[in-house]
Amino acid sequence: MAAHVPTAARRRWGSTVAGVLVLGVMLFPLYWMLNTALQPESGLLQVDPVPDGLDLSGFTKALDDQGGHLLTSLVVSFGAVAICLAISAPAAYGLARFGLRGSRTIVFGTLITQMVPGIVIANALYNSYVDLGLVNSYVGLMLADASLGIPFSIVLMRSFMVSIPGEVVEAAEIDGAGPVRTFLRVVLPMSRNSLITSGLFAFLFSWSDFMFALTLNTTDDVKPITLGIYQYIGAHVGDWGSVMAASVLSAVPAAILLVLAQKYIAAGITGGSVK
Amino acid sequence: MTTSTVTAATSATTPGPSAAPDPARTRLRRRVARWGFVAPAVVFMLLFFGYPLVRNVLMSFQHYTPKTFFTGEAPFNGTDNWSSVFQDVLFGKALWHTLVFTAGSLLGQFCIGLALAVFFNRRFPLNGVLRSLILLPWLVPMVVSGIVWRRILDQDTGVLNTFLGTLGLDGDTPWLTSPDMALLSVILVNIWIGIPFNMVILYGGLQEIPKELYEAAALDGASAWRTFRSITLPLLKPVITVVLVLGFMSTVKILDLILALTDGGPADATQTLGTLTYQNSFVELDFGAGAVVGNVLIIVSAVFAVFYLRANRTEGK
Repeated sequence: MAAHVPTAARRRWGSTVAGVLVLGVMLFPLYWMLNTALQPESGLLQVDPVPDGLDLSGFTKALDDQGGHLLTSLVVSFGAVAICLAISAPAAYGLARFGLRGSRTIVFGTLITQMVPGIVIANALYNSYVDLGLVNSYVGLMLADASLGIPFSIVLMRSFMVSIPGEVVEAAEIDGAGPVRTFLRVVLPMSRNSLITSGLFAFLFSWSDFMFALTLNTTDDVKPITLGIYQYIGAHVGDWGSVMAASVLSAVPAAILLVLAQKYIAAGITGGSVK
Repeated sequence: MTTSTVTAATSATTPGPSAAPDPARTRLRRRVARWGFVAPAVVFMLLFFGYPLVRNVLMSFQHYTPKTFFTGEAPFNGTDNWSSVFQDVLFGKALWHTLVFTAGSLLGQFCIGLALAVFFNRRFPLNGVLRSLILLPWLVPMVVSGIVWRRILDQDTGVLNTFLGTLGLDGDTPWLTSPDMALLSVILVNIWIGIPFNMVILYGGLQEIPKELYEAAALDGASAWRTFRSITLPLLKPVITVVLVLGFMSTVKILDLILALTDGGPADATQTLGTLTYQNSFVELDFGAGAVVGNVLIIVSAVFAVFYLRANRTEGK
């Protein structure tokens, strides 16, 4: 018995070592991105496994060339999150509580939207955007990017709001609060977590969007970072250092969110897809 | 509006004949208010999902040229777009590449994701930290991942070939530049992207399986493989269906990754239905042909959506 405990402990640490190896393989491409970014001199040559020193000139160049596009991404993504939450939070509540005729059809339709390919949407949307003058506009891209998060957010928040006890809502209504006030003062604060998760994912979807940026823009007016980097490799074939530095910068929000909001992300992946 | 609120409020306390029409009106008002919560989302989804579906069907019967966007004219041309797309060798290729890409990606993502989920389902130090860090590749914009891999897979100076060379293997593999290799390379990169997603959902499913079942199996002396086959797999089945169907729907329509890695080349070796739609519409400005390919893509997805809804229904039980 006494010898049994150390063996078990050793086996556990053995699993940790295996886990670290797996993680190393999975994260290697991201390490290589950072590593290449720190060797701006390498150009088209081979990249050393570890950078010599801390040469940040690739980053300065990337910021000069792509800083504006990062800002565009930020503005568009925050706009998309605002639109997404403003539309999906009330809908999620309405579908969860009001027992409206047709609720089931709407929820069903929300699930179905996930199978409409983005390029098909872009195909039709571009033509309407031309007519409406929304091509190359912030509003146009924000609306399109919001569509990436809305079905997900409705499904996620609805599944949470269904579980809010009816008595809580009724108590507010007895106190004389109308449906709007009840929603704003009682339901939304209680749904804080699902609201944050939805907002986070809406942000990530919009930040990662490449297709709408590519198809709904014909000029350089509204160019998010994803499109910026894609066109960068076309124009700077020999300058992999700056391209990778720009890539690192574009991955920063994801990394920050993963560290700060880990539990929401895990909840979002499982909750949004399985429910 | 204000007056009716007042009457509604007073009528509640003073019953009488004058109060008779009010309940109906308040009920109507409440119904309108309730629909007000849902209506914006319904309108939005009709505009951004419903309308494109209808419009694509119409567009596939219209003749678009680069001039269309100045003149606004896209005359109907019967089934011309359909027949010219179907006669194009590229369409058959793209359809085949889409199926191979989707099947290969799903198989790899799922098997490795499941293996990792089982691995992380054990208790060991730092499990939680490692498990959440593995998500990072999934959170990076896909087009950026594609560009990073483009550098890694470079034939002459990419790190993968350098590494293979030091191992004494073929250090000169044309990963993305040979038409025979490119599709396989794109699949491998997409497997890397999809592993975290599969792992997290399957891990969640494994956590739901009661531990007592495993204890009972251990008491009966069941082997690890037997336990996996007789307990884990059957109980995980609903989650497996969901993960595969969701994976299918996001993989079949892929565009970002392929554009970033190969732009559909070399020699159209990685052209899929998604990239072909893009190329027809946005490169050649033949939106009619693009709509045809897009519609085929929708039909392929719709067939599998049936599976998804079935899976969803059993989940709800």
